[in-house]
Amino acid sequence: MPLAISGLRYSVGESILIDNLELYVSSAGVTVILGPNGAGKSLLLRLILGLLEPTGGRVKWGKHSAGSLTRQHQSLVFQKPVLLRRSVEDNIKFILKLRQSAPVSTTAQKLLQSVHLSEHARQPARSLSGGEQQRLALARAMATSPSVLMLDEATANLDPGSTAIIENIIRKQKQKGVKILLVTHDLGQAKRLADDVVFLHRGRVMENTPATQFFDQPDSAPANAFLHGELI
Amino acid sequence: MRQITGGVAAENRIIENPNIDPNPLISRRYWIKMEINTQNTLICIIMQELFQAFVLATRLVSDLDPELTEIILLSLRVSLIAIGLASLIGLPIGALTAIGRFPGKRSLEVLLNAMMGLPPVVVGLVVYLFLSRSGPLGFLGLLYTPGAMIVAQTILITPIVAALSREVLSQMHSEYEETFRALNVPRVTAVKALLWDGRFYLVTVALAGFGRAIAEVGAVMIVGGNIDHVTRVMTTAITLETSRGNLALAMALGIILVFLAISINALVYLFRQRGVRLATI
Repeated sequence: MPLAISGLRYSVGESILIDNLELYVSSAGVTVILGPNGAGKSLLLRLILGLLEPTGGRVKWGKHSAGSLTRQHQSLVFQKPVLLRRSVEDNIKFILKLRQSAPVSTTAQKLLQSVHLSEHARQPARSLSGGEQQRLALARAMATSPSVLMLDEATANLDPGSTAIIENIIRKQKQKGVKILLVTHDLGQAKRLADDVVFLHRGRVMENTPATQFFDQPDSAPANAFLHGELI
Repeated sequence: MRQITGGVAAENRIIENPNIDPNPLISRRYWIKMEINTQNTLICIIMQELFQAFVLATRLVSDLDPELTEIILLSLRVSLIAIGLASLIGLPIGALTAIGRFPGKRSLEVLLNAMMGLPPVVVGLVVYLFLSRSGPLGFLGLLYTPGAMIVAQTILITPIVAALSREVLSQMHSEYEETFRALNVPRVTAVKALLWDGRFYLVTVALAGFGRAIAEVGAVMIVGGNIDHVTRVMTTAITLETSRGNLALAMALGIILVFLAISINALVYLFRQRGVRLATI
């Protein structure tokens, strides 16, 4: 299902954080949301997922408004994942049990294998390292078999090895036909993964173009400055 | 003016103090020595009592004195049932106020916090009025039975369990809420997950309630009546033995009660340690 956002506004008090945002995202490929700190990237993901109620405007997945109905087919990996106070395996099983009645152990093992955490299956989830916790959160998100997978700076502060594992999973999910929405600061990662780039600045979409075009010839001055490492 | 604080130093201070009035009949030194001797005697008596209490407590426990065992078992039975009932009532109230959104939620939270400090004697009095023959629940015939004591203790500790568990669960809920919503976890499953993941905290809460229940005296004295072999628990027995002047037995019971309190705290510590070891806290 494609994502169509029209006239989206979100404000807290007098601060307007998302300002009359218009966006259309296709239902396939990897869309990377780029932008400087405070541009509203993470907030936009929460609004897209229906976790927050917008002050104005609409977020539509196909014909449906964003909410609990559309969330059944979507998953979000947070920048700082909150894991249950259980073992690694039980974190996955908790979600699998919600979605399927079949034995969940085999599926859980496969998912852990895909994120290279099989040997930590019995370990308490919260005792894992930051990178491992992020991979577990990704496996948990995949356990919902989503058609849209959103990642909010999921590789921030991770070592290159963990980042590579997560990027490979993203590629595999894309091949399976899962729509990826990825928020990142990492220009290198955006270049490696993006099919499309949405560039946000001060709560507005400044660019929504194919990745090659964005990196070769950005239209807006803020995007140009951002690509050149300037403070905007 | 005599400024005795004990010991040779005090004696010297008084002797050297020119402002002390001379006693025409008895020398100052005599008075000072008398005071010090009295103090020392008192300390000796107390130490002796304490020692006797320890000896008696050890003997009573090692001999498995039937009367003492009966009192301890009744205390444990009443307080364990009370904490069980208080948990059954208090945990859902705690979970509801932590997670639910309903009108009057804030008022209920304030009420729960206020009720944590309920005066036991007042609770005892109210329960007495309800359970007395002329009271609305008099037909139950519970007054002066362990049942009445359980009711009183349950009323006393339910607000503690509810308020403390609300505190624990609301903190965990604020941590989990967004993740649960992002993963579309149904509300009932979310509540179950919170209770399960917070089990180490909640056991600590229950143990705190148990500690309060077993150390309670006012309410159980009023509704139980401290009847020998029927409603006599450790706290009421201590009160009785003290009033009888049987300090050694009172202290023996007190020592056992303190031992129980320390054991409860040790259990709380062990549970927390286990939680930390499992990286669940």
